[in-house]
Amino acid sequence: MSTRTRPRAHPDDDTTTYREALREGLREALASDDRVFLMGEDVGRYGGCFGVSLGLLEEFGPDRVRDTPLSESAFVGAGIGAALAGMRPVVEIMTVNFSLLALDQILNNAATLRHMSGGQLGVPLVIRMTTGAGRQLAAQHSHSLEGWYAHIPGLRVLAPATIDDARHVLSAALDDPDPVLLFEHGSLYNAAGTLDPAVQQVDLDRAAVRREGTDVTVVAYGGCVSKALEAAEELAGEGISAEVVDLRTLRPLDDATFVGSVRRTHRAVVVDEGWRSGSLSAEIESRICEQAFFELDAPVERVCSAEVPIPYARRLEEAALPQPAGIAAAARRVVS
Amino acid sequence: MATAHGGTSAGTSQTKRPRRAHGPATPSRTPAAAHDLDLLRRMLLIRRFEERCVELYSAATIRGFVHLYIGEEAVAVGVHQALDEADAVVSTYREHGHALARGIPPEAVMAEMYGRTTGCSHGRGGSMHLFDADRRFYGGNAIVGGGLPLAAGLALADRLRGEPRVTCCFFGDGAFAEGEFHETANLAALWGLPVLFVCENNLYAMGTALAREHAQTDLAMRAASYGMAAWAVDGMDVHAVEKATRGAVESVRAGNGPHFLEMRTYRFRAHSMYDPDRYRPKGEIEEWKRHDPVTGLADGMRAAGLLDAAALEDLEHQVAEEIDHAVRAAERAPEEPAEDLLLHVTGRHEEARA
Repeated sequence: MSTRTRPRAHPDDDTTTYREALREGLREALASDDRVFLMGEDVGRYGGCFGVSLGLLEEFGPDRVRDTPLSESAFVGAGIGAALAGMRPVVEIMTVNFSLLALDQILNNAATLRHMSGGQLGVPLVIRMTTGAGRQLAAQHSHSLEGWYAHIPGLRVLAPATIDDARHVLSAALDDPDPVLLFEHGSLYNAAGTLDPAVQQVDLDRAAVRREGTDVTVVAYGGCVSKALEAAEELAGEGISAEVVDLRTLRPLDDATFVGSVRRTHRAVVVDEGWRSGSLSAEIESRICEQAFFELDAPVERVCSAEVPIPYARRLEEAALPQPAGIAAAARRVVS
Repeated sequence: MATAHGGTSAGTSQTKRPRRAHGPATPSRTPAAAHDLDLLRRMLLIRRFEERCVELYSAATIRGFVHLYIGEEAVAVGVHQALDEADAVVSTYREHGHALARGIPPEAVMAEMYGRTTGCSHGRGGSMHLFDADRRFYGGNAIVGGGLPLAAGLALADRLRGEPRVTCCFFGDGAFAEGEFHETANLAALWGLPVLFVCENNLYAMGTALAREHAQTDLAMRAASYGMAAWAVDGMDVHAVEKATRGAVESVRAGNGPHFLEMRTYRFRAHSMYDPDRYRPKGEIEEWKRHDPVTGLADGMRAAGLLDAAALEDLEHQVAEEIDHAVRAAERAPEEPAEDLLLHVTGRHEEARA
C-alpha cells in the first residue's frame, strides 16, 4: 500500500513524522489482516500516549483498537494468549520502564513457550514501547532497557531509527513467527522527513549503513543514530571520515555488517543509551574483538549513559546521555 | 455442596463429605453406571500414573521438580467432563492430572518425564511444562499465576472470531494472592471473556496455609467481587465437580462472561518430591484421606451395586497395563540428540531447518 494514497499531516511540504510513519504502518496492518488488533493503555480514545494511534479507533472500532486497564502483565499476557490462538496482536506499553510489570509474561511465556512446548506453540506477538531519555521525564520514564531484552533467546528486538524504518517495521515484525519487541525512542516521534518511495519493506536481519566512511566505524541504534550522524558531520569538517552503522535489530545482532565495517575502517566507537556495565555496547565490543581483533588499530571506545538513574534537571539529563560531542571525542581518540 | 456467590458475602460451608452414587442399584449397564465407571477409570489412571512417578523419581529415573496431584483427581476429571475438544485448557506445574484428563496419552506424558523425544514437549518441558497444541492444552506454567493472562488472551481470540469456545484456566490458591489473578479477573470480567477460572484450593501455597497467605480466605466471595458468578465446590466429589462445571461452562458458552469455581480439595502428598512436608499436622492429612475422591467414588458405586471386587480388580489391571506400556515406551524412546539443542527457540530456526 502506498503511503502516498493517504492524506498527510503536512500536505504542503510532503514531510512525515516518525509518529505518522508508525501510524501509517499500524493502519496498513489493521486494514490488510483481520487477525491484527492493537491493544494497550490509552491506544483508543486518547489516541495513544504519544499520539501514534490517533484516529485508528474511529477507523477500526473498539474491538480492534482496544483500550486496556493499567494492567501490563494481564494485557501483555492476553496478547500472548491471543497470539497462541492464531491472532496477530500488537500490544502497546507506554514505556520500557512499565514493561517491567510485564517482564514475567514477556520472558517466561512469550520468549519461552515455543521451546518449552517442543516447537508446538509459537507466539507471533508484537509489543511496542517507548524507550530512552531526553525529555526531562526523570528516572521512571527515561531508561533504556532494550539491551536487557536483547539478552533473551526467543525474542526479536528492534529499534527503528529512521522514518522509513518506522513506516515499514511493523509489517516485517508481524511476519515474524516469534515475539517482536519494538523500541520507539521517545525523542524521535516528532522527527520529520520524507519517506523514500523506493523503500517498501525493511530487512530485519540486516543492520544499515547510514553514512559511509573510511576512518572509523560508529555503531549506534535508535535515538543515538542521529547523534552519531551529527558527530560524523562534525568529524568530516576535521577530515575524519566516519561510517555510521545503525544496528536496527538488537537481537539477533547482524555481526556481519558492523564487523565488516570495522574490518574496513580498523577503528570502532560503540554508542549505547543503556548503562555501560553489562550493556549491549559490551556485547558489540566483544564481538568486534572476537572477530576482528587483529584488524583493529586502536582499542574500541564506548559512549554510554552515565551510571546513574536518569535525572530530571536538563543539564544533568544531558550530561547523563551520549551526546554528539562525546561521540566525536571518542572517534578522535581512536583515530589519533 | 456448592456454595454460590452472586457478589455478596454469604458464608460458605466447610467442605462436605463426598456425596455419592446416582443411578439405580442394580443395572450396571445403565448410562449412569457406565459414566461412573468411566470417571473411576480416569481418576485411577491419574492416581496410579503418579504413584509410578514416585517410584521412578525415587529410583532417580525421572528428575526435576515433580508436583503430585494425588488427592485432587476429582477436579481434573470432573472439570474435563464439561469441556469440549475445541475448548482450551491452561494449566500449572501440578498438571499431570489435567494433561491426562485432557486426553494426552500417558506414554507422551511419561516420555516427557523421561526427557525423551516422544515426550509431549520433546523433552524441553518435563513434569512442569506439558503441552499439546492439537488438544489445545497450553501448559504447564511453572510461574504461579503465569497462565492466567494467557487464558484471557485465548478467550479474547475466540471472542474476536466469534468462536463459541471456552478457555478453562486452572490455578491454585497461591496464585489467588498474585496480581496476575486480580489483573486477569478484572480484564476478563470487564470484557466479558469466555473464561472458566478453576481455582484448586488445596489449602496450601507450597508450605504456607491458606489462612497464613490470605487476609480473606473465602476465595469464591473475592472472585465474585469482580462481577462474575462464583461458587465453592466440594473438590473431593467428582460428581459435584462435574455438575458445577457443566453449569458454569454452559453459562460461559452462553455469553455470560467469565465464571469462577473454587474447588475445595487437598493434596495427600507434599508440594513436590523435594518437600519434607513439615508444615501440616499428620492428623489433618489422615482426616482428608477419609474423603479420598477415588475410593469415595468406588465405595459409593459398590454400595449402590455398581461395582464389585472383580470389576475393580479388572479396572486396576487395565490401568496398570496402560501405565506399564507408557513406561516401557518411554524407556525405549530415543533421547533428543544434543545437535537439536537449539531447535524450537525461534520459528526462524525451524524454517531454516525445514
